Amino acid sequence: MKNIWAIAKKELGLYFRSPVGYVVFCIFLLIWGFFFVSAVRWFADYSLQAAQNPYYAQQMNVNQMVLAPTFQNITIFFLLLLPALTMRLFAEEKKLGTDELLFTSPLSVAQIVAGKYLASLIMLAVMLALSAVSVVFTFIYGNPELAPILSGYLGLFLVGAAFMAVGLFFSALTESQVVAVIVPMGLNLLFYILSWAAASASGVRKGLLDYLSFLQHFDGPVRGVLESKDLVYFLSFCFLWLFLTHSVILSRRWR
Amino acid sequence: MIEVRNLTKRYGECVAVRDLTFKVEAGRIWGLLGPNAAGKTTTMRILTGYLPATSGQASVAGFDVFEKPDDVKRSIGYLPENVPLYQDMTVSSYLSFVAEIKQVPKAKRKAAVGRVVESAGLQDVRGRLIKNISRGFKQRVGIAQAMIHDPKVLVLDEPTIGLDPAQIRDIRELIRGLRGEHTILLSTHILPEVTQVCDGVVIVNQGRLMASGSLESLAASVGKTDGVLVRLRRSGSDETALFRGLPGVEKVGVEGGELRIEWGRGHDLRDDIARLALDKGLGLREMRPVAGIEDLYMKIVSGGLEQ
Repeated sequence: MKNIWAIAKKELGLYFRSPVGYVVFCIFLLIWGFFFVSAVRWFADYSLQAAQNPYYAQQMNVNQMVLAPTFQNITIFFLLLLPALTMRLFAEEKKLGTDELLFTSPLSVAQIVAGKYLASLIMLAVMLALSAVSVVFTFIYGNPELAPILSGYLGLFLVGAAFMAVGLFFSALTESQVVAVIVPMGLNLLFYILSWAAASASGVRKGLLDYLSFLQHFDGPVRGVLESKDLVYFLSFCFLWLFLTHSVILSRRWR
Repeated sequence: MIEVRNLTKRYGECVAVRDLTFKVEAGRIWGLLGPNAAGKTTTMRILTGYLPATSGQASVAGFDVFEKPDDVKRSIGYLPENVPLYQDMTVSSYLSFVAEIKQVPKAKRKAAVGRVVESAGLQDVRGRLIKNISRGFKQRVGIAQAMIHDPKVLVLDEPTIGLDPAQIRDIRELIRGLRGEHTILLSTHILPEVTQVCDGVVIVNQGRLMASGSLESLAASVGKTDGVLVRLRRSGSDETALFRGLPGVEKVGVEGGELRIEWGRGHDLRDDIARLALDKGLGLREMRPVAGIEDLYMKIVSGGLEQ
């Protein structure tokens, strides 16, 4: 554990000794703010109409009409943003030759992979924590429920963690940071929209495509429905890619 | 302290190291000498556990490299050919990171950084970013990180490459200062580095062992003679015969405008040669010893010698 933390600490330091950390946080908050404000404005317009119709007024819900759409929209941006946090992690070490220092230290490959992944997860968690400022406003001016918000954030964190596990794998596979950004972007998008293909499929294939798609597993947590099948999906997805990362590093050294 | 037996490493078809065997005793500085692409870096990477060997055995500080890699890694300090530096870190934060992953206990980490900063002469740059310090200092940071956990064995891959003459002298002095406390294996393709710094040498070419042993024993094995190269102001035709007449001289030859004078080991005829040259009014311009190992190395590198 001490070794994992040593690696994670170094990675976190490097995020902020270069502009990468600050830029990622700023751009994330900018886009989050845009999605959030758009949702609030739409909600405000809708409230004016609802004021004249008691039937609509009953349906007004900050959780469902402001926060859930914001959570859903931001996952699209995660597709583009999160590879920027993982691209450096192994590709740069290889390019600079610093991997020789890491792999000749008394650390296991698993500890190194875990340390680097932990650092990227902490960045994601801090980013989400910063975005919670806007959620505080919904509590000041409205009365949303807390539980669906927490489950929505958990969903966001899981989707982000899944994207980054794929990103970490491709960072370990290549020396080029450009490759380590572009391939996970495409692959994650594919996992994201796999359920589109399910729409025209049938039988087992439909079920499989649906099950593999992020969209199907993310919808529940965002709406406040936390099910173990979604948790299992995300955790096993992350574990699979981390395992592949571990294997690819070991195999490269044994070649 | 370092023992390599029948080590072989293949990359696909290409054989980088072929059946290499050598041994370095504790507390000595040993050179791994060979031209580029001789397999020096590969050998060092295997010793440090970065690469696995195809076959053969290697042990460092009594631990087998393949069976106890973690024990080996703990007792070895390694300076790779490309110094592994994080450009965006300061010198002292980099060194304390290395101390941490080399598992120096937290309480001793600060002292360890202080110790290597001092012995590598980094006091003036310890707070600077690594990307802003000179090449010579970067190399010193590399040596400092190798020493941070006070390893028994240091493996230094081309520690003076790309430095200016003053920096080379400093680094060599630094390495010489470590003799006794550490067992050191350093690689180089420059012979004088070996004769100035090392106690012994392993000469490799194209992945094969060509010669190994202490400097004295190698020099002795090369020939039974000592000698000098002499450059004179005037050169007539009869100098060869003149010097051959000197008692003790065994052989005199002409090499690129210089005289090569050899005599039996155990004597020193340099004074006599100088006196004769001056007495005869030949004008002595230069006299330097014939390095037996240099001859040997040149023969090996030019491919004229098989083991």
